[in-house]
Amino acid sequence: MGEKKKKIIKTIKIDADKCNGCRACEVACSAFHATPKYSSNNPARSRIRVIHEPLKDMFVPVYAGEYTAAECMGRDKYVLDGKEYDECALCRASCPSRDLFKEPDSGLPLKCDMCESDPTLTEPLCVQWCITDALVYEEREEEVEEEEEQEDLEIGLEALADKYGMEKLIETVARLSVAKKE
Amino acid sequence: MEIDLSRGSIERVPTNPKDTALYLGGLGTNAKLLWDRVPPEAEPFSPDNLLIFSTGLLGGTPATGANRTIVSTFSPQTLLMAYSMMGGFFAPELKYAGYDKVIIRGNSPELVYLWINDDKVEIRDASHLQGKGALEAAEMIRRELKEPKAQVCAIGLAGENRVYYASIEHSRSSASRGGIGAVMGAKKLKAVAVRGKKDINVARPEEFMTLCNEVLNYIQHRAKNPIKGVPPILAGIGSPQEMAIHDEEWHTTSFAWGNARHRRKGFWTKETAEVWKKTQEKAVERLISCYNCPMKCGAVVSYPALGISKYMMKCYSKLTYVMGAMADDLDFGFRIAGLAQEYGVDGYTAPQVMAFAVELYEDGILTDQDLPGFPSGNEERFFWLLEKIVRREGIGDILANGTYWAARQIGKGAEAYDRNTIKKHEQIPIKLGMLNPIYFLMYSTGEKMNITQIEGQMPQVPFATREEREEFVKDWIQVPDEKFKEFFLNWELRGENAFPHYPPPETACDLVEWQETMHYIDDILGICAGLSSFPIKPPYHIHNLPKFISAATGMDFDKDRLWNTARRIRNLLRAVNARRGLRRSDEKPPEDHWKKRFPDLEKKLLDTYYRFKGWNSEGIPTKETLDGLDLAYVAEDLLKRGILSEDETAAAEEAAEEAKQN
Ligand code: SF4
Ligand code: SF4
Repeated sequence: MGEKKKKIIKTIKIDADKCNGCRACEVACSAFHATPKYSSNNPARSRIRVIHEPLKDMFVPVYAGEYTAAECMGRDKYVLDGKEYDECALCRASCPSRDLFKEPDSGLPLKCDMCESDPTLTEPLCVQWCITDALVYEEREEEVEEEEEQEDLEIGLEALADKYGMEKLIETVARLSVAKKE
Repeated sequence: MEIDLSRGSIERVPTNPKDTALYLGGLGTNAKLLWDRVPPEAEPFSPDNLLIFSTGLLGGTPATGANRTIVSTFSPQTLLMAYSMMGGFFAPELKYAGYDKVIIRGNSPELVYLWINDDKVEIRDASHLQGKGALEAAEMIRRELKEPKAQVCAIGLAGENRVYYASIEHSRSSASRGGIGAVMGAKKLKAVAVRGKKDINVARPEEFMTLCNEVLNYIQHRAKNPIKGVPPILAGIGSPQEMAIHDEEWHTTSFAWGNARHRRKGFWTKETAEVWKKTQEKAVERLISCYNCPMKCGAVVSYPALGISKYMMKCYSKLTYVMGAMADDLDFGFRIAGLAQEYGVDGYTAPQVMAFAVELYEDGILTDQDLPGFPSGNEERFFWLLEKIVRREGIGDILANGTYWAARQIGKGAEAYDRNTIKKHEQIPIKLGMLNPIYFLMYSTGEKMNITQIEGQMPQVPFATREEREEFVKDWIQVPDEKFKEFFLNWELRGENAFPHYPPPETACDLVEWQETMHYIDDILGICAGLSSFPIKPPYHIHNLPKFISAATGMDFDKDRLWNTARRIRNLLRAVNARRGLRRSDEKPPEDHWKKRFPDLEKKLLDTYYRFKGWNSEGIPTKETLDGLDLAYVAEDLLKRGILSEDETAAAEEAAEEAKQN
């Protein structure tokens, strides 16, 4: 058990009723996370995706959450307001069962990082670009149990290990480090 | 990417950087392709005609509203170049798939659709989609491809049956003008589906994002500061906010109803306002936007109690059918527009053709023999006509050719009922009192054939008091030149500085050039007119657009270079049409557009405009003009064909001399 410690909880409040399906949030997110920053945009790389089915009146922005190596034991299906959403539609996981929240070319998982950057943004960029206020940023302080955050690097490596096998990964890293030295 | 539907071939061709430098993209490069590749004698429905789906130069970049698909071809109705810009999500998706354009030539023997999935492109059988509604077909395609994120544009029955005003429908938008859907039907191309997962790059990222943020900020600023002194529908930005605004006093009382014939000045009463408001609130489920734009100009419409199943409506079609049918109830508009969209017809032209038919029937030119079983109520009549037209059944086969051609086919005096077309194309139904020199020129000479795609940025009428005008010009950053403020300050409702003699012809030309140039720029860049050329005080304007181009492409653009590029494309388009026979005699508004006409002044206006543009007295760009715009190859062709002659310059100078003496 870790110690109690103060932590800023960053929240994006999603008011799906206000969403107009413009996907500006996807544009902004993928541009922000491009290297170099803003040099490209591509919704397929965005860490927020909008469920956009106008004729079913479905407009729900969904943020990329944790990477998961294995898919769930079962599937979930939501019916809200009489509207039946696709299987797993509202789930935030980057998961082997689907190509959502993965880099289109490498398949590496994507996760919303609240636009962590230096200098920090006043608000995540998707929120700034959603001027219809479907996305609103809120911060509050909470006391939480301290817990080790899984580093980005670790998440990436774990995903690669799941994809290619641990052995292959180690081999490759070894080979690359030799190649680098030469 | 080039697709030949006759041969079934698919070829990826890189965009020529030289063409990009000169014509940028969108409408510009489309016009170049049509000039280069489609011989002027090619019939619109022939395999030689091209149908081009293009993104704009900025399409899919983070620039707000850079989502237009510019569809260009030759129109079966006007026989001239047709181009229509459709909003929604199609162009960005195409760009994410890695293409600037899809160029389609040839006619397929069987009904097919095109499936573009990044690098994988297939021509697929569409026989099971025959007769399906445009949106219905799109949904079926998405399902059979198991690609819910694919963007689809499709034609309905009207396009398949080559109705001269068939549209291409996509999501909440459409490319409707000029019968582009009929050309798609002739090519037996039911739909194009696209899915893209690649990056779109910009050259100078930080700079580009700063510009984007400025535009977003300005949009928010304008939302808080609507223009004072204009009707609510003109006070904001975006395409006219028809789905959000209930107050339709301006449209219903100042536009003409029926076959562009009746004004209903007392129509908008308190009771009507209340009933219409209720209808609209019930019907509109949610306001929706195009790709990367906050403006919400469209709506998801659904009204189960009236048997209206869900569809997406764009701005003005809610009124065009109501007014064409002289209906009193707004719900009729919601009911018929949904059906018309599935069939895929132009919401401007279709209701006018129907109103024209109703009038012919009432005046005995069309009889029960022509219209067997014609209902008695106006609303029912419109539904009846729509079904006939999209199937080309009976009289529908004639009406499917639009007012101009139908009037001539029907004969018996029907020509006189063709009272609202320019260049064989239906216009917005407005009939006014005093000649407006600015609009006279825009209507006459516009290649876009729809006034909303020519006008903009300048208020349509003067403000009543000097104080109001002074207030207005204070933050008018969009003007290309201070002289426009001067003009506006002196512009009066009555007296010397009023229509028809003010603005004088030279000023009128300046004003027209400014307004139309902005539209050309939008169509080249793929930016929505609703954020740029159309509204008053828009977020995009001549001072920031060149910066966007520079930051996106790395080419150095300033105001003059951009203006000149737009001129190049304007002249190229004019040449494309001149080669297909467009002449001065085609350039006139409907007879009765204004009650008070001034033939001498009008002649002078047109002469001045042509000269201002560097065109000869027939409205054809002279060799000097073309040469000066890197269009020497165009001049050469026009000379070879005898459309221009060598002594053009001399003739122009003579005309100028003559004008001076008059
Ligand atoms: S930017 Fe806002 S309104 Fe647009 S899709 Fe995203 S959440 Fe919805
Ligand atoms: S202003 Fe309106 S029509 Fe234009 S892109 Fe935005 S939502 Fe679409």
